[in-house]
Formats: sequence, C-alpha cells, structure tokens
Amino acid sequence: MARFALSESIIDGAALARDLTNADAGACLTFEGWVRNRNAGRAVQRLDYQAYAPLAQSEGESILAEAIQRFAIVDARCVHRVGSLAIGDLAVWIGVSAGHRDAAFAACRYIIDEVKRRVPIWKNEHYLDGASGWLHPDNTPVEDAG
Amino acid sequence: MKYRILYFASLRDAAGCDAEAVESTHADARLLFGELRQAHGFSLHQESLRLAVNGEFTAWERVLADGDEIAFLPPVSGG
Repeated sequence: MARFALSESIIDGAALARDLTNADAGACLTFEGWVRNRNAGRAVQRLDYQAYAPLAQSEGESILAEAIQRFAIVDARCVHRVGSLAIGDLAVWIGVSAGHRDAAFAACRYIIDEVKRRVPIWKNEHYLDGASGWLHPDNTPVEDAG
Repeated sequence: MKYRILYFASLRDAAGCDAEAVESTHADARLLFGELRQAHGFSLHQESLRLAVNGEFTAWERVLADGDEIAFLPPVSGG
C-alpha cells in the first residue's frame, strides 16, 4: 500500500490523520510544512514544486519503510505537493502513529529530514521583485553555487 | 547510441524542454553530461548532480545502454 504520495491539489491533513487511526497507537504526530513569505531576506510571492514523479514516489516509499523499521511506530504517511503554491499553502504533510510519543517524534523528524535530502523534488521561488530561482537543499540559490 | 534524457529544475529551464532524444557515442554518463552541458550551456557541474537511469538512482560508473532513459538530477529542494 502506498504511504507516500505526490499531490497536485490541496492536501487534507485531517483526512490523512484519520487514516492513521489504530487501536495500538497512543500517539499521533503530524508535521505540516507551509509556504513562507520570506527566504534568505527576500520577499516570496509564490513557489512552484517540480518532481521526477516515479523516482520521488519510490524514494518516498523507501523513506517511510525505513522509518517503520527503525522506530517503534505503528504507521506513517507523507504527502508532498507539486505545482504552483501560494503563501501559507500546505506544501508537505507527515503523519506518524505510534504506541508512545518518543518514537513518533523521532520518526517524524527522520522522515522530513530524509525527504528534504533525498526525494527528487525541486522548489522554484518567485520573488516579489519579479525574479525567480531554483533552490538547493539548504535554500540557497542554485545559480550562486554554479 | 540513442538515449532519452529527462531534465528538471534549472537544467529544464536551460535546455528549454523537459525531455529530448539524444544520439551520442558516449556510454559514460559523465562524458554524456559534459556533451549536453556544452550544448545547452548548463551552469551546474556534473559533481553536484545525481544520476538516475530508467527510473532508479545509479552510480556515475554505470555503463549506459542504447535506449536508456537518463535523468541528471540537480540538488533537490523539496519540503
């Protein structure tokens, strides 16, 4: 069953969290990544996410399977938006259910860090001054690094 | 050999397309990228990219085969 998904439409976090309901779970932890209005001192108007969909899907699934194997959790899900997003939009949603909170926090942290590091998704920020640029994982512009 | 090349992010912008059919004598992915880098004026260097062939990450040492679908992946920035 797919635990990771790319979405071209608005993510419904509440519905995704209900899917994690399980009698073995005493904790449900969710993380939401939102589109912020500034990055590195520049005013951001909107951004576009582009993905290599088949590879993003398989790499995302691998990360969630690793989290389930490494941490004492019941289940995990992650949905990442693609396409054009506005300030305040939900860009990435992660949900983890677990018997106890410690494993849920650790697994959630692992998932977001690995997704940012490994899943082939790219962010193009459009700034209020009309410029735009693709970003590196640490949110520095691609063009600066050459 | 004939390849299908997929482009993403800044490479897509520079190439002006999301994919193209390419004919090359190179079976070495580094040399193939070098050829495409020159043709399209890519600013990114091979050392900063990851290689994917036929939908899977792979090592740069992999020998390319006729008909391969090849993606040169810039540093990712999801999340």
